[in-house]
Amino acid sequence: MTVAGSRSALLDARAIKRALDRMAKEIISLAGGSEHLVLIGIQRRGVELAERLAHLITEKSGKAVERGALDITLYRDDLETVGPRPLVGQTHLPGELSGKCVIIVDDVLYTGRTVRAALDELADFGRPSRVGLSVLIDRGGRELPIQADIVGKSVDARRGDRVDVLLQEVDGRDAVELVREAS
Amino acid sequence: MALSLGKDLIGLEELSADQIRLILDTAEPFKEVSERAIKKVPTLRGKTIVNLFFESSTRTRISFEFAEKRLSADTVNVASSGSSVEKGENLVDTARNLESMRIDMVVMRHPSSGAAQFLAKRIRSNVINAGDGTHEHPTQALLDLLTIRDRLGRIEGVKVCICGDILHSRVARSNIWGLVKLGAEVAVCGPRSLMPRGIEGLGVKLFRRIEEAMEWAEVLNVLRLQLERMQAGFIPSLREYNRVFGVTVERLARASRKLLVLHPGPMNRGVEIDSRVADGEQSVILHQVTNGVAVRMAVLYLLAGGNPERAEAAKGQGSSREGAE
Amino acid sequence: MKPILLKGGRVIDPSANRDEIADLLIENGKIAGLGSVASREGADVIDVTGKIVAPGLIDVHVHLREPGQEHVETIATGARAAAAGGFTAVCAMPNTDPVTDNQAAVGFIVKQAQDARAARVYPIGAISLGQKGQQLAEFGEMVGAGAVAVSDDGKPVISSHLMRTALEYAQTFGIPVADHCEDHTLAAGGAMHEGLVATRLGLRGTPAAAEEIMVARDIILAELTGGQVHLCHMSTRGSVALIRWAKDRGVVVTAEATPHHFTLTHDACGGYNTNAKMNPPLREAEDIAAIRDALKDGTIDVIASDHAPHHYDAKERDFDDAPFGIVGLETALGLGMTELVRRGTLTLPQLVARMSTEPARVFRLPGGTLRTGAPADVVVFDPDADWVVDPSTFRSKSRNSPFAGRQLIGQVELTIVGGTMVFNRASAQMGSAQNADVAR
Repeated sequence: MTVAGSRSALLDARAIKRALDRMAKEIISLAGGSEHLVLIGIQRRGVELAERLAHLITEKSGKAVERGALDITLYRDDLETVGPRPLVGQTHLPGELSGKCVIIVDDVLYTGRTVRAALDELADFGRPSRVGLSVLIDRGGRELPIQADIVGKSVDARRGDRVDVLLQEVDGRDAVELVREAS
Repeated sequence: MALSLGKDLIGLEELSADQIRLILDTAEPFKEVSERAIKKVPTLRGKTIVNLFFESSTRTRISFEFAEKRLSADTVNVASSGSSVEKGENLVDTARNLESMRIDMVVMRHPSSGAAQFLAKRIRSNVINAGDGTHEHPTQALLDLLTIRDRLGRIEGVKVCICGDILHSRVARSNIWGLVKLGAEVAVCGPRSLMPRGIEGLGVKLFRRIEEAMEWAEVLNVLRLQLERMQAGFIPSLREYNRVFGVTVERLARASRKLLVLHPGPMNRGVEIDSRVADGEQSVILHQVTNGVAVRMAVLYLLAGGNPERAEAAKGQGSSREGAE
Repeated sequence: MKPILLKGGRVIDPSANRDEIADLLIENGKIAGLGSVASREGADVIDVTGKIVAPGLIDVHVHLREPGQEHVETIATGARAAAAGGFTAVCAMPNTDPVTDNQAAVGFIVKQAQDARAARVYPIGAISLGQKGQQLAEFGEMVGAGAVAVSDDGKPVISSHLMRTALEYAQTFGIPVADHCEDHTLAAGGAMHEGLVATRLGLRGTPAAAEEIMVARDIILAELTGGQVHLCHMSTRGSVALIRWAKDRGVVVTAEATPHHFTLTHDACGGYNTNAKMNPPLREAEDIAAIRDALKDGTIDVIASDHAPHHYDAKERDFDDAPFGIVGLETALGLGMTELVRRGTLTLPQLVARMSTEPARVFRLPGGTLRTGAPADVVVFDPDADWVVDPSTFRSKSRNSPFAGRQLIGQVELTIVGGTMVFNRASAQMGSAQNADVAR
């Protein structure tokens, strides 16, 4: 039941490509190369973004980058308030995380709760030497003290706004749009 | 509206095919949780679950307990001998007591058919039927379905024969409902004295002889034969039962197909199933046990999250992940 | 006792083949006149235009629980429930605690019934001492104290020898031997009818054969002895066929059916509804059809309620552990009207016969007639009144009915026993429920 609102483009396909390119470089620099780097995407668009970033990093460094996927549904703190949220995505992490530099990849950073859940879940899998956070969009509005290390674009979105990240693999096109409900 | 299971899981008779598939699909990621070094997620942290067993059961209780603990719930086990005098009188009072202790979920095994529904109608907590009399044992059937799907890649169109004491089997009833709803072809085979009347009305075929059943089926689900059935005069002896209805290596070898063999346990080796079959390559019995934990985690998770009232009450608090974060 | 003049009703008296608009005069506790009675000095004149005036209903099979379970029902509350249901007489089964198996116990029931001043209560004595199925009870002494039949109801008479002896011995006193037909080795542990519903619910079933085997045995023993066997609460099409066969052969067999057995099928047990748990169990649609046919052609002689009160929490448990039986006195007429007369199975006079004249004949009781000089046991009911069953309004102490919320047609207005008004809906509805009914 979405009330038709205004929809404005924040990034187009080319801008996304440029942002990811820059983010890949920053990740390499943050991790001190790609040798100990593990990219972990948060289901589900984070997984696709991690995939693209890994590809870009491999192009630059010539080495394959370890990747994983994390579904944080089971670590949410609001299971009973969101109601049935049946389908839990797959979680798979590459081997041992100890001593690795793990970069969590997600599409949008908002309240910080998802990242909190991801950090909890990650801790159950091992003890990386460093955990970083990379997001395509930081829209502000944090409810927890969490900040991203690498950001594609910062947006000043209001509470009630929606930021839609659309990706070719999932949605058939690349775009980031701000949806503002008509009030 | 998202699909939910409602408040309770009483039986597969009440579930739709989509709801059954939802449970099976949800069980998939939970298999992975049990493979982790730390086999625990915080999903049900702070939830209190009572495992109320009025009938002794080792494997079902342990399986539920693992499922609960791996989801971080707090669990209390209550075992009662359930003498025939006690059980009826206690059920209403038990329900009221549980309600007063503000628990979130009850997993109940009870010797009377209908006991789970009885409890569910009287308390606000979620009730999961872990076997009621000879009525249903839904989580057992769900894990059987998951195992068949894992091994054969599908359930629709698969020919499954349930063998043995159908009359006294809640496992058989739940399996029949689940399999029929998911489009499998279902048959039952066993002595006529252990076949309930009107069983064909549930949409199953009937085989009098195990050899014919094996020729027809792709999957055999072999039920446990209780020793008491002999004493009650339903069959002459366990020895003869094994001769006429036992699932043996020789019989399996004669079947034109390679059958998959399931057994809900605990097995009577040498009665309904030979050891060489139980331990052989066609047996998926241990796979069933592994799937049991995943299926039960899925059910606990779906019921805990599936309270539309609470979800409605909490709406608009702004921390929803819907597309925004 | 003031005379009562019922004016302008449709008088149905199957004992005299009467069905006409007429006035009925009651005087000195007896039927004093029938026809056109203009008025009578000092009489209570009641306009019953549009209502049915019939001989009071008689229920040959009720359980009143006294002595032993007075918290569930007493003879007084049972007799008042009967009156509210249009019954002027009921026969109380002996499975009380202690069992009604001797002269003193029978006398106790007669005494309690007199004090109740509602419907008449006729005791049925036990066949065997303590209903244990071994030694014959003293039929002669019990009949002397007021017993009208013998039965071990609630339990079958397992021993064919005992049943034979009872049928022979009862002939001295001219009383029927009523049997609860159940082969307990087949029925053991059964909680409902054996069939698809029981299979779905995972409940142990009792096959129709458990009843039919004993029906066949009883018929054969009745033929052997020449005694009158009365078959209680027939529930299967097979039983109906056996009785029909026996009657064709001239065997002295009579039979009853309950309203629930001609109304409900085993589907009513769905959801583990313990108020649908009865013995014999609710059967299948074909059985209902056979029982309706049998009531029409007289194969089954009478409708009896098998009124079986249970305490409110007794049915509040899992199905296996819940007791058998339902209360039926206050819904019997409505079910007969709704399920049999409205559906065209029976005519109104036929229903009155099955609920009054025939029970009187089968158990050799006074009543069941409006002949001049007969005791003034009369019911007046509205054949068109629409009402919804609400167990909380029952006069019975118990509420265990599967018919709660069901819409019925046909409602009792007045019940008169021996010339005394024991139930009057109009005054009952004005609030003075208990006393107004019995006083005057």
